[in-house]
Amino acid sequence: MAMAAVPNLTPVMPEIFLALSAMALLMVGVFQNWSTPEGGVRASRMTSGLGTVCLILALGLVFTVSGTKLVTFEGMFISDAFATYSKVLILIASVFTLILAQNWLEMQSAHRFEFAVLVLLATLGMMMMVSAHNLMSLYMGLELQSLSLYILAAFHRDDARSTEAGLKYFVLGALASGLLLYGMSMVYGFSGSTDFSTIASVVHGGDPMPVGLIIGLVFMLAGLAFKISAVPFHMWTPDVYEGAPTPVTAFFAVAPKIAALALLTRVMVGPFGDMSGQWQQVVIMISILSMLLGSFAGIAQSNIKRLMAYSSIGNIGYALIGLAVANESGITGMLVFLTIYVFMSVGTFACLMAMRKNNRAVDQISDLSGLAKTHPAMAAALTVMMFSMAGIPPLAGFFGKLYIFLAAIEAQLYTLSVIGVLASVVSAYYYLRIIKVMYFDEPGVDPLDQPVPRSISLSLIVCTVIILIFFAFPMPVIAVAKTAAQALF
Amino acid sequence: MSNFPILSLLIFLPLAGAGFILTIRGDDDIAKRNAKRMALWTSIVTFVLSLYLWFNFDSSTAAYQFQEQVDWIPAYNISYHLGLDGISVLFVLLTTLLTPVCILASWCSIKDRVKEYMIAFLILETMMVGMFSALDIMIFYIFFEAVLIPMFLIIGVWGGKRRVYASYKLFLYTLAGSVLMLLAILVMYVQSGTTDIPELMKFRFDPALQHWLWLAFFASFAVKVPMWPVHTWLPDAHVEAPTAGSVILAGVLLKFGGYGFIRFSLPMFPDASVSFTPLMFSLSIIAVVYTSLVALVQHDMKKLIAYSSIAHMGFVTAGTFTMTVHGVEGAVFQMLSHGVVSAALFLCVGVIYDRLHTREIAAYGGVVHKMPAYALVFMLFMMASVGLPGTGGFVGEFLVLLGAFEANTWVAAFLATGVILGAAYMLYLYRRVVFGALEKDEVKKMLDMSAREWAVFAPLVVLTLWMGIYPSSFLDMMHVSVDHLLSQVQVALDASGSAIVAGR
Repeated sequence: MAMAAVPNLTPVMPEIFLALSAMALLMVGVFQNWSTPEGGVRASRMTSGLGTVCLILALGLVFTVSGTKLVTFEGMFISDAFATYSKVLILIASVFTLILAQNWLEMQSAHRFEFAVLVLLATLGMMMMVSAHNLMSLYMGLELQSLSLYILAAFHRDDARSTEAGLKYFVLGALASGLLLYGMSMVYGFSGSTDFSTIASVVHGGDPMPVGLIIGLVFMLAGLAFKISAVPFHMWTPDVYEGAPTPVTAFFAVAPKIAALALLTRVMVGPFGDMSGQWQQVVIMISILSMLLGSFAGIAQSNIKRLMAYSSIGNIGYALIGLAVANESGITGMLVFLTIYVFMSVGTFACLMAMRKNNRAVDQISDLSGLAKTHPAMAAALTVMMFSMAGIPPLAGFFGKLYIFLAAIEAQLYTLSVIGVLASVVSAYYYLRIIKVMYFDEPGVDPLDQPVPRSISLSLIVCTVIILIFFAFPMPVIAVAKTAAQALF
Repeated sequence: MSNFPILSLLIFLPLAGAGFILTIRGDDDIAKRNAKRMALWTSIVTFVLSLYLWFNFDSSTAAYQFQEQVDWIPAYNISYHLGLDGISVLFVLLTTLLTPVCILASWCSIKDRVKEYMIAFLILETMMVGMFSALDIMIFYIFFEAVLIPMFLIIGVWGGKRRVYASYKLFLYTLAGSVLMLLAILVMYVQSGTTDIPELMKFRFDPALQHWLWLAFFASFAVKVPMWPVHTWLPDAHVEAPTAGSVILAGVLLKFGGYGFIRFSLPMFPDASVSFTPLMFSLSIIAVVYTSLVALVQHDMKKLIAYSSIAHMGFVTAGTFTMTVHGVEGAVFQMLSHGVVSAALFLCVGVIYDRLHTREIAAYGGVVHKMPAYALVFMLFMMASVGLPGTGGFVGEFLVLLGAFEANTWVAAFLATGVILGAAYMLYLYRRVVFGALEKDEVKKMLDMSAREWAVFAPLVVLTLWMGIYPSSFLDMMHVSVDHLLSQVQVALDASGSAIVAGR
């Protein structure tokens, strides 16, 4: 019996590297001396530092894999400009998470070396997701990501809210995976294959479209909508965001959202591209509901992490406009939006992680009162983030929304655009509220702790500068996003 | 010198000044004084540089002058394009004049977070100059919107008791209007493939589409002007804003709306403008008559002047949509003179507010006995606001009425009642504050204007008289551009078969 030929490993190099380094990191962590508290801190710092280095190296490897389309493992895995772009965003988000998290975890005595290992594994899962070219590899990546995230949500295991968040996320996430699997089995049943190209050719020739295929598509949409926390599958988001440790919330808000959106995009415009008539209306509806709920439900929040949960639901709604347009300029808009979203979210969460009173983490909006007097630089940075989230030019957030709405207008989705911009006015209210609390209110009796940790202030400076000066140099991002979007069509 | 980027310099010099203030360390009195001086000198240098525009502007052509164009987002055909014509050049000068006045006016009244205040004002100047000189509609929109950030902070941080409410209202009203305009801008881009304003003016939009685009722009500009019934944010914002905030709000920000109507609505959507003329006339008349009546019953000085601003801006919108040379020139002139006069009136209120810390009209009376010089200055601006011949206010109102008469006699008749009502509420205000018996103890202790306050008022006094006595220096600058604009509109209308007959 002849041995199967070794598949082309070049396109998978970043993933292989990340998998190996996660395992190595686990070994390193296990063999550290844990007997003393100092040893524990040292071990967690070491794995965190090494994990950051590994992620940065993986980022380098992603760049070395060329942007041309490469398919390997019998069509299971695809590497193209779109995957590369998404992976870069995911890796940037993961790097920031690891840099920001360590200090916070130590302060809460929740530092454990497994944190870095889990973040690495989750990142690996996300990279698999965006490169999936088969329903099997799709599910594998998704579950690797989800399982790592369930543990991360409950990472602060002495904290009841964190445990609750982890459990809730797990139960609902398992349900969503079930929906997705069910949809995938329907698709397999009616198309006879799990390979994206084969499904695409079945869909292309299918006239009339088999009903089973449409049902399967809707179930898959529902399962993936859960992962990006789009309305009406968003219920878990505020609770999990509130309960999970803040660095984990920061991670949730960015990397998995990008991965799941990229996956959703690839599945919808790839194998189901010729069924756009069927899924477009669903995506438009989900997008409208997400934008509206994200902006209205955020108004009444007093916990800033819950607020950010609703804000992220709303932002996913905007990103989905790009998908609803379902053409190159829509996807370009979505990618530009997500790029800016990464830095806005990381910047905002960096501020949230600096919210500490007497060494205890606090998360009420009122805890920020008078921040402009006690921490002027941090208040200014958070103001930039909030105005950017509200989409006020010349900050980067405006441009994110601009290209999305431009694509929607080009596609003549006028109602969707009008609802979208009006929802952004409503959401401006709660972004302004944070600015109001910081600038217009007087400081409370005990202000936030000084000084802000170095890792947080450095990340904050980087994000603020990017958000501030994006308007001057938007061209490179747009050009690369365009190339990435072209890869899908 | 022809390629000298004077406009970019005017836009970014204040920003650079703000950057320098940011580097000032400490929070003691010396740091505060340095911040104030830096801001004042930056704005004065900007003003002096902007005089270059005044002396080098060629008023014999309607072409855009001092143009600059740099590729910005070539993939979407958007460029950083600046330039001025006879209409916008005067607004740029108004802005650069009022900013140092504002900074000087807040010299003593702002004691808290001086650095941030000065930074906010310089950034505001950047945005305002940029907005008036933009020749690309995206650039225009960015400056137009970005103004909200400093304005929100100025009202919210340094404002009065209900400052939070007022700043939210300003922000959300304006944002809600502007986002619809943004969508319209995107539609225009998709249709014409360009965001360049001169190109867009040549492009003929489908008349059916024009109506939607016009309404979207209207949503934004009507809030900014503000027109009845979306004017309610203005009295709140004015009352709560610090004096200099009110000055810049009344002096420059309100002009964004009127400028927008003249720059975009008329030339780009001529057919829609014609069919919406009755709407604009009705809303303008309501604004003039209704808000004048409201102004009569106010107890708060700033609120009264805020309502009078709405009434005066009603003249602007009416004049614009007469689509006659007199009407449009009158509208532009009215905006300029209102920019100077209402700014000065808010400063007048600021002078006595700084002494007594109340804006209640009833708290004053007999001020003339203690502050004769102030009474004189106040009277001049009060008369200018009423429209006394010989002051700037007269010329604008007269030209608008002339234009309105050419377009529609009834509109002119209703607008004229506004002039009478204006005289009523202003004289009534003046009588209650300045004249009457000197009974109140606090008023008896008031001192007349200081040298700094004289310095604040002097340029405004000169300008008001200059505009009233020799308006040609301003009208000549804008005449060719207005003429060109209206002939363009007429050409477009002839092509599409409709004519300026609406409401006649």
